Amino acid sequence: MKAVSRVEGPVSTLLRDDIDTDVIIPKQFLKLVQRTGFGPYAFYDWREDPAWDLPSRPILVTGANFGCGSSREHAVWALADYGFAAIVAPSFGDIFRTNCMKNGLLPVRVPQEIRDQIAEAGEAAVDLRAGTVAWAGSSYPLDYPDEARRRLVHGLDDVAVTLESEDAIAAYEGRRDTTMPRTKAGRA
Amino acid sequence: MGQTLVEKIWAAHEVEPGLLYVDLHLLHDLGGPLAFEGLKAAGRPVRRPDLTLATADHNVPTDGVTRSAQIDDELSRVQVGLLEAGCAEFGIPLHSMGAPQQGIVHVIGPELGLTQPGMTIVCGDSHTSTHGAFGALAFGIGVSEVEHVLATQCVVQERPRTMRIRYVGDLPFGTTAKDLALHTIGRIGTSGAAGHVVEYAGPAIEALTMEGRMTLCNMTIEAGGRAGLIAPDAMTLDWIDRHGGTVDDARGRLATDGDAEFDREVEIDAREVTPQVTWGTTPEMVAGVLDRVPEPRTEAERRALDYMGLEPGTRLVDVAIDRVFIGSCTNGRLSDLRHAAELIAGRAVAPNVRAMVVPGSMRVRRAAEAEGLDAIFTEAGFEWRGAGCSMCLGMNADTLDPGERCASTSNRNFEGRQGRGGRTHLVSPEMAAAAAVTGHFVDVRDWRRS
Ligand code: SF4
Repeated sequence: MKAVSRVEGPVSTLLRDDIDTDVIIPKQFLKLVQRTGFGPYAFYDWREDPAWDLPSRPILVTGANFGCGSSREHAVWALADYGFAAIVAPSFGDIFRTNCMKNGLLPVRVPQEIRDQIAEAGEAAVDLRAGTVAWAGSSYPLDYPDEARRRLVHGLDDVAVTLESEDAIAAYEGRRDTTMPRTKAGRA
Repeated sequence: MGQTLVEKIWAAHEVEPGLLYVDLHLLHDLGGPLAFEGLKAAGRPVRRPDLTLATADHNVPTDGVTRSAQIDDELSRVQVGLLEAGCAEFGIPLHSMGAPQQGIVHVIGPELGLTQPGMTIVCGDSHTSTHGAFGALAFGIGVSEVEHVLATQCVVQERPRTMRIRYVGDLPFGTTAKDLALHTIGRIGTSGAAGHVVEYAGPAIEALTMEGRMTLCNMTIEAGGRAGLIAPDAMTLDWIDRHGGTVDDARGRLATDGDAEFDREVEIDAREVTPQVTWGTTPEMVAGVLDRVPEPRTEAERRALDYMGLEPGTRLVDVAIDRVFIGSCTNGRLSDLRHAAELIAGRAVAPNVRAMVVPGSMRVRRAAEAEGLDAIFTEAGFEWRGAGCSMCLGMNADTLDPGERCASTSNRNFEGRQGRGGRTHLVSPEMAAAAAVTGHFVDVRDWRRS
């Protein structure tokens, strides 16, 4: 994953709550076996609306429970490909938020009134090293666990990091409850 | 202080702080191929194919074709083909098209006796919460995490907050686990359980069948929950026993301690549950079947009513439907089909309605046929299909046309979920069956009394 430590610039606003991943990237695009090039399909059905206006800018400011629903990571790839590098919202779907972090698209959870201030300000800066989101002379702390922040800032490959714990994993397997089922042994 | 069930499972699986060992990893055709590609690019093997199981479900046609090479849609054909090739290459057991145990990933795990108490279960699919019905900590992950689990058999997790939803009283006559789930989401909202693992408890839960518990845990994600689970009991162990599994005694007795504390506790009166029908585009936009379409209170609700083509004040029983879908990992199990069949036996699907039953797995399909349920459905005018996700998300040919209105036993009524412009009303299998016959929503409690 590429390292990311700071995102700044103007915001695009889409102030609706409960925007689900089906809306962000409709199912027909999940058949594409690739991780890139989904930007043109983001909000595919909503784009039909003549009033639709969502400029490609570094930061998306949006509503509560953003990215709820399906675990499709394509939603993150589509938003990143569309041009967003950070998303500010009062809350996120849990799996979507994790998917964002795995792809260096920064989810920024702030109370609704702060969200409104950032939308109003029209631009903001998310700084992982400082651990803040800043706008119009104000700032608010990011709620990232230290480990997640470290991986983003250094662009670490999650699998590689975990594989460094090979000894601990092997030790766990040595003491693991072996009464748990296996998928082989004539079952599959 | 005591521990909650989730805390016990968590503690038993922590390899290192924040790194959880995965006991069962389920794969399907959407996420599998992408994850395999990532592994291959990095030259990494699958660590534990013997703890991994794959099936083809999201993309598969339900028209009876039995080989991926026969799929008409080119992209689907490629995707299922890549799943098959990847499973062969990495040695992962697979139930693909035509296999006797093929089915929706969350239906076949329990069916094979693989889903058991005290386990950690992950899958690149949000409804992995279904498996929590057996007292497992089961949650959905993204494709990057799928790749991570394949390579390491571990998942990096923030410790979830815990929440208990305790139901007071019993479910009333004529209501189901689906109604309980929808009623609960209506109460706590689509982010009511965000960031939490929910433990369901109370007499109404103890009385639910395993299938009912799966339906309820399945819908936890629609309340924003990370996972949902129910402490195992004699019924849990009996199910596993009947499905070829054996459970270690200690795991079979796992429970939250009496003095354990949850981060949040919610109490809901199960006696207030009525047959539910969603009227909007999120599962929290739900009402009792005898209610009316509400006046919108927010911009979101106004948009939802506009999308759904509904006028405030309309009685839900006056809402006419075009399609009926009985199936999905929420309500595609044998008892769901039995309950729907009971209601339609000797009746016929309304002339202007197209209705289909899609069993959750081939095993469910065979069991239903052995009981003659297929004949009841087809004689009534239902289509009797092969197993898969089908119109729950409409990635195969089973989709709604724009403006079509569907009574669906699935779990999401999002805009476009079942087809672009399609209008989904989430209901129980009984409610869907009755709606198929009358062409509009009806209170199934009346039918069951008679
Ligand atoms: S049936 Fe629907 S919700 Fe369940 S796994 Fe398939 S697509 Fe997802």
